[in-house]
Amino acid sequence: MSAEVLPYTVKPHPVTGLYNGKFGIWLFLASEVMLFGALFSTYVFLRMGAPETGPTAWPTGEETHLNWMLGGLNTLILILSSVTMVLAWVQFKMDNFAKGRIYLIITAILAIAFVAIKFKFEYAHKFHMDIYPKTSVFFAIYYTMTGLHAIHIIGGVVVICYFIGPGAKLWEENREYYTNRIECTGLYWHFVDLVWIFLFPILYLL
Amino acid sequence: MSGDHHHEPGFIRKYVFSVDHKVIGVQYGVTALCFLFLGFSLMMLMRWQLAYPGEEMPFIGNIFGEDAMPGGVMLPEFYNSLGAMHGTIMIFLGVVPLLVGAFGNYVMPLQIGAPDMAFPKLNMASYWVYLLGGIVMLCSFFVPGGAANSGWTSYPPLSNIATTGQTWWLFGMVCLITSSLLGSVNFIVTIIQLRVEGLTMFRLPYFVWAQLITSFLLLLAFPPLEAAGVLQLMDRLAGTSFFMPEGLVVSGVVQTQMSGGGSPLLWQHLFWFLAHPEVYVLILPAMGIVAEIIANNTRKPLWGYRAMIYSTIFLGFMSFIVWAHHMFMTGMGTKISAFFATTTMIISIPSVVILTALVISLYQGAIRFTVPMLFALAFLPMFAIGGLTGLPLGLPASDIHLHDTYYVIGHFHYVVAPGTIFAIFAGIYHWYPKVTGRTLNNALGYMHFFLSFVFINMVFMPMFWQGMAGVSRRLYDQTVYAHGDAVQSLTIMSSWGAWMLGLAQIPFIINFFISAVAGKKVSNNPWDATTLEWLAPSPPPHGNFETVPVVYRGPYEYSVPGASEDFHPQHVTTEA
Repeated sequence: MSAEVLPYTVKPHPVTGLYNGKFGIWLFLASEVMLFGALFSTYVFLRMGAPETGPTAWPTGEETHLNWMLGGLNTLILILSSVTMVLAWVQFKMDNFAKGRIYLIITAILAIAFVAIKFKFEYAHKFHMDIYPKTSVFFAIYYTMTGLHAIHIIGGVVVICYFIGPGAKLWEENREYYTNRIECTGLYWHFVDLVWIFLFPILYLL
Repeated sequence: MSGDHHHEPGFIRKYVFSVDHKVIGVQYGVTALCFLFLGFSLMMLMRWQLAYPGEEMPFIGNIFGEDAMPGGVMLPEFYNSLGAMHGTIMIFLGVVPLLVGAFGNYVMPLQIGAPDMAFPKLNMASYWVYLLGGIVMLCSFFVPGGAANSGWTSYPPLSNIATTGQTWWLFGMVCLITSSLLGSVNFIVTIIQLRVEGLTMFRLPYFVWAQLITSFLLLLAFPPLEAAGVLQLMDRLAGTSFFMPEGLVVSGVVQTQMSGGGSPLLWQHLFWFLAHPEVYVLILPAMGIVAEIIANNTRKPLWGYRAMIYSTIFLGFMSFIVWAHHMFMTGMGTKISAFFATTTMIISIPSVVILTALVISLYQGAIRFTVPMLFALAFLPMFAIGGLTGLPLGLPASDIHLHDTYYVIGHFHYVVAPGTIFAIFAGIYHWYPKVTGRTLNNALGYMHFFLSFVFINMVFMPMFWQGMAGVSRRLYDQTVYAHGDAVQSLTIMSSWGAWMLGLAQIPFIINFFISAVAGKKVSNNPWDATTLEWLAPSPPPHGNFETVPVVYRGPYEYSVPGASEDFHPQHVTTEA
């Protein structure tokens, strides 16, 4: 099929220095910046507009019932998973498939741990205290932003698991192509990590 | 991709779930034309209620059921649904998919000499997600309470408390946004990475530049609407108060079931942050189509090719900082209004540069008045009327009088209907021979053009007077007000224009289908054009070009002095 003769699917373009997939993922991340940017702007807009006192005032740290220790732990987990993601890519680059795959598995496990802490300890605890998105505007934005972020994490886990499992066949056919895909997955993964690094302080600390 | 092998794909893979940009382009085109006609039909229904309020609709009044039109008389709720869905369908399911999905997909890879889009599977996904979004929108007509009825802008708090149709609208929009995201990533990568040898950025046809900037707008402006859509879904489904202030009163009852603390203005900011760049999404590819056709039919290079490109880039940047000129009436403050009024005046400059360059391109040209050229020529004054009537809306002082009146409707329809949609028709007549290998019939084409041109002006011109007379665009029956009743004759004129405009499309519809099988067969380059798509066979095979072309010159080398022919294609080596 014609797709086979498409240039720069694997090799980088001489001028841009990017293969198509990497260029595409950067553009996709640009749009993700706008998506989360809009939500961060919403946060700023709502917080600036909240009255000093009264039922719709912005809650103080204690009133939010958010546990910064759990949030901090999750931050560490995500940063660690970003490191293992890079290590996986490095191993594939060095033609070491078995080690790379192990790092991918560690990344997936860390990501699942993040989601588990988020749902099992944080959301469950809030629901137990009758705190829902409709409780206040703060919790509305808290659940929306962390929920959307969690969906991104889960999406990332699905992709990583695909490359651990069925997607690994590509390694046999075209190693460079497979490694490139891991690189793109990694870029996405770092972005999701970065979003959390902004989410954590604005929700848990400020 | 490397997983595919050399075998002829079956019928389903070839024509239904195809990854070929040309098949996807045609799928987009045909689907979007159907939606365009559907959106127009909704408006033809509304025009009856507007022209003859409260009267039974003749012939078809009874088929809409007791929930929508009891006794053939349209209910206000149904009227609101029609209005909201007309806007949504026309913009998101009709015009943008035609400009970007159909023309962009089909023509752009050919013009840059590429065998396909950079990500063929994403391209296919983009179409199917778009279709899903369209189906969700259509299904919403059949849910209790009917389709979305809070206007195409879906302003809360109204949209937050609206019937179920609004939720469907939001899900539909999320599909459409996803589709345009997949498309825009694909377009940018394709244009930057897959140009053939010799095709530098400043040898690209202007149409490709327009698609590139448009893709950036889609890529960066749509996500905030997706965010807004998610927030509104949360408001509607999870009971949050992103857009709901404390102590909101609905039908005399204070709303206590939600926490309050949100702001309806937040939606407007997020919405218009998309929807103003969206205006340029609607117009830039149209300008691209018109530029191609004007250069080809004047047999002259485009005047000010580089100035047009720089203007387009500048326009792209500026379009992100003009959004709040839609919000002068919200009380956001005079300083903010002054800022957005200033940026709005500045953004009119590049638009004028582009339009002026196109008009000057006509000067001393040996113009061929072909059907596509007539539509392209009509685009120029129609877009100019639309653009110039926008200036009073961009200044807060005059906007206060004109805001939310028929003047606004007249203004943006002149940009999008006789502007963009005429450019779409121009593009269809221009590239039809490439897609099918046959030309559209000329006589039917001329009939389509002249009738459409007369009637479309009959629809929209009266709206300026109605608007200046103060008639609100939201009225179900303007005759209940004295100032509306005084200009009711204009409404009737407008309605008859719309119905006649509908009839004027019949020659086009006949032409479109009959010519595909019975039209005159044409060579690869029936218009004697210079750009690469005319090098490929008509219709182009899978993979597009028999040999990969190399480009030696700019896109519009027409009537080069001393040359033996009056056109000099980009791929020809020798100095003819």
